[in-house]
Amino acid sequence: MARELNSNLPEGPIEQRWDNHRFNIKLVNPANKRKYKVIVVGSGLAGASASATMAELGYQVDCFCFQDSPRRAHSIAAQGGINAAKNYQNDGDSVYRLFYDTVKGGDFRSREDNVYRLAQVSSNIIDQCVAQGVPFARDYGGHLANRSFGGAQVSRTFYARGQTGQQLLLGAYSALSRQIAKGTVNMHTRTEMLDVVVVDGHAKGIISRNLTTGEITQHSADAVVLASGGYGNVFFLSTNAMGSNVTAAFRAYKRGAAMANPCYTQIHPTCIPVSGDHQSKLTLMSESLRNDGRIWVPKKKGDTRKPSDIPESERDYYLERRYPSFGNLVPRDVASRAAKLACDEGFGVGKTGLGVYLDFGHAINRLGEDAISARYGNLFDMYHKITDENPYKTPMRIFPAVHYTMGGLWVDYNLQSNLPGLFVIGEANFSDHGANRLGASALMQGLADGYFVLPYTIGHYLADAQPGSVTTDDSAFRNAAQDTDARLDALLSVDGNKSADWYHRELGKIMWDSCGMARNNTGLKQGIESIQSLRKEFWQNVSVPGSAKEMNVALANAGRVADFLEHGELMCHDALTRAESCGGHFREEYQTDEGEAKRNDEDYCHVSAWFYEGENKTPTMEKEDLKFEYVKPSQRSYK
Amino acid sequence: MTTQNMTLNLKVWRQDAPGKKGKFVSYIAKDISPDMSFLEMLDIVNADLAGQKEMPVAFDHDCREGICGMCSLVINGKPHGPDEGTTTCQLHMRRFTNGDTIWIEPWRAEAFPVVRDLVVDRSAFDSIIQAGGFVSVNTGGAPDANALPIAKEDADMAFDAATCIGCGACVAACPNASAMLFVGAKVSQLAKLPQGQAERPERALNMITQMDKEGFGACTNHYECTAACPKSIPLRVIGEMNQDYTKSLIFSGR
Ligand SMILES: Cc1cc2nc3c(=O)[nH]c(=O)nc-3n(C[C@H](O)[C@H](O)[C@H](O)COP(=O)(O)OP(=O)(O)OC[C@H]3O[C@@H](n4cnc5c(N)ncnc54)[C@H](O)[C@@H]3O)c2cc1C
Ligand code: FES
Repeated sequence: MARELNSNLPEGPIEQRWDNHRFNIKLVNPANKRKYKVIVVGSGLAGASASATMAELGYQVDCFCFQDSPRRAHSIAAQGGINAAKNYQNDGDSVYRLFYDTVKGGDFRSREDNVYRLAQVSSNIIDQCVAQGVPFARDYGGHLANRSFGGAQVSRTFYARGQTGQQLLLGAYSALSRQIAKGTVNMHTRTEMLDVVVVDGHAKGIISRNLTTGEITQHSADAVVLASGGYGNVFFLSTNAMGSNVTAAFRAYKRGAAMANPCYTQIHPTCIPVSGDHQSKLTLMSESLRNDGRIWVPKKKGDTRKPSDIPESERDYYLERRYPSFGNLVPRDVASRAAKLACDEGFGVGKTGLGVYLDFGHAINRLGEDAISARYGNLFDMYHKITDENPYKTPMRIFPAVHYTMGGLWVDYNLQSNLPGLFVIGEANFSDHGANRLGASALMQGLADGYFVLPYTIGHYLADAQPGSVTTDDSAFRNAAQDTDARLDALLSVDGNKSADWYHRELGKIMWDSCGMARNNTGLKQGIESIQSLRKEFWQNVSVPGSAKEMNVALANAGRVADFLEHGELMCHDALTRAESCGGHFREEYQTDEGEAKRNDEDYCHVSAWFYEGENKTPTMEKEDLKFEYVKPSQRSYK
Repeated sequence: MTTQNMTLNLKVWRQDAPGKKGKFVSYIAKDISPDMSFLEMLDIVNADLAGQKEMPVAFDHDCREGICGMCSLVINGKPHGPDEGTTTCQLHMRRFTNGDTIWIEPWRAEAFPVVRDLVVDRSAFDSIIQAGGFVSVNTGGAPDANALPIAKEDADMAFDAATCIGCGACVAACPNASAMLFVGAKVSQLAKLPQGQAERPERALNMITQMDKEGFGACTNHYECTAACPKSIPLRVIGEMNQDYTKSLIFSGR
């Protein structure tokens, strides 16, 4: 397996690189495309759009998801919107500005070439979605409406009330459904991929388990695409759907694919605070709320008055005070840290003191309740249901929560991992957001990868591959299937008495304390030790009743938790090695006098790509140096 | 409304596999905080079962935010429980009272066979969408998104129909297990938009034909569907679909 990381970046002026590249890469003859089979693991925005588009081009696609329908992938939950450099609002937006904002927002830890391409294809995404019948918000003239999102000073975010992810995913799902009906996509629902099969150094298939019957199946293909989403659930509590997991990516890592920047985690500033130990997940309140809501804490520590009893003069609108030019619209990492700081210093509100106010009082006075309801009605309802408090009458309480993972499997410009034939798209890869993702950019990236990048770049690999050259007769398939069986048996034979969920929760606490919003050398080292001993205990005392030959939710969950228990440790190693602060990775030892993240471009202007070295061995790291030719690294300032 | 922690008597449908005989099993849910969601309450029951090395109660769920449509459950005879416009995952225990008995069953419909315990197979919904719930447009070559203005009113009506989460509560609530609200939502969304016009005549016909094939019943105007719908999809979508359906029957001569 190639340990060198060749990112295959194109040459020329940045505006022309994607065009040049598309011209230079090989094509598969249209008549031959149907001979190639591609496996796509995932049916979220990335997986559904890629599967549909590749099938339209003529490839045979096998698509997998663990939910009962591809329409339920976690992308469905995205709320706020999707960015595109359309400049419909005539406010000075351009491809270059979106590129610039994204590179800067990522704190100069992403690849310029990938980001530029992302900004370039962003407009096509909106066109495509509208053509599919996605009902984006419109103004009274019938044209598309936009809003602004954190980290940007232009309005480039397209939205469908607070349900943008749902509408985009249903669009991609409809395109996918059309291909399923044509027989060009073979859809496998309630099926979990448990291993990648590598033949002569190339990814040529997967091992899957049917979650309804327990059947283990070997699937061969000419290439494998992972679109399996992010791993925020390593923290147990996150805004991700309950099933989101790292298994697909982690299995690929164990088979030789490099995991890049695993410690880059996004903590979202506006989530509903934790209410008790029973909590199974955290609920996001879309960032779009920061357009009209103002964030504040009382000026007096431990002030227990009702928010309405606290006069204006005794409120600290700390974001507006500290960042006058961006105010409440600073990027997520900055907003989250500021909230944590306010709470650490004792200004937090609510029963636990871990919360700050997000107040719509001024906006309601200015615009009226109806206007606010039209913009955010469903979010207000959701908040009301969960907290039993009416946000039209009293400010919301919010607190940061784990939301997104910028890290993921390493890919080159073609979205191919270091394992030839294995492509990774959407949140599962690491490529475009650097150390911090801007709001409304994940939907953009997932659809850019799936509709407009991968379907071309995969042809370059396939053109050199003999279609159907590998079948499940190859011994690698039998071996991988045996490994899978052995692992399931191992989980079933522990016969302990604590649920996998219990271990997951414990892992989450360790991760939050040692590798969460603030990290330091001692804490990370401790975290690694604690995870190692928790993992040991898991394998001695987890309870997995039943068998592998039936629907067994405990078994499926235990397998995912087992992978989280290893991945969490990898994240800590990465965070420990990166002795600087950047974006969402805040090392307490490295901060400016004002408490902002302090990068070290001399030593850390690189991607950290980790390689698996074997059971209980410390992983090793290779660097991919990052070059900034267009957006010169500077201390980010949102003042 | 309760503020103290509660003890509840659950009667949960347990069934090992499709076609196997199922039965209600009693469990006691102890120390249930009113701030918990219904599914978090079931998590607690399952954690207890794990301690006793017993199979957890299988139920579908994923987002726990009321948007993925994965959670189901008929609670005390009502799909998604007692609250209007609320999915099971967004139902909170403060809705219940200490000592309550709660009956928990899967969706019951011929087209949604039970897979295990509270999990049902809803793939029939996917088949209906595959029969025509899309606009036939390949990736690439779409015109500029603002080239074709769409009146806000139409866009909003399309949106209201498009919010369907495909959970199947409409079917579970209907005495005939009809899927008309689900199918109507998709037909109506696309009928309101210019992009949906080209295939409009066949769409309703093909989707309704598929619906019948999947074993869903007919609509005889009980209106239970819209009452149970967690997204309050309006009944008008059924009327709109019927119009399209009738028109295409006439024009296709079927
Ligand atoms: C609450 C919330 C709100 C958000 N709002 C926004 C927003 O407004 N704007 C924005 O840009 N981004 C937003 N995001 C981020 C964005 O939604 C995600 O990053 C994005 O949708 C990920 O898409 P994906 O296709 O990569 O993966 P997912 O949608 O997570 O899909 C993963 C797929 O992989 C499948 N899968 C995973 N593992 C396996 C396996 N082992 N075997 C088989 N199948 C598997 C799953 O079944 C699923 O189909 C939000 C995220 C959250 C949590
Ligand atoms: S779990 Fe997603 S809607 Fe209930």
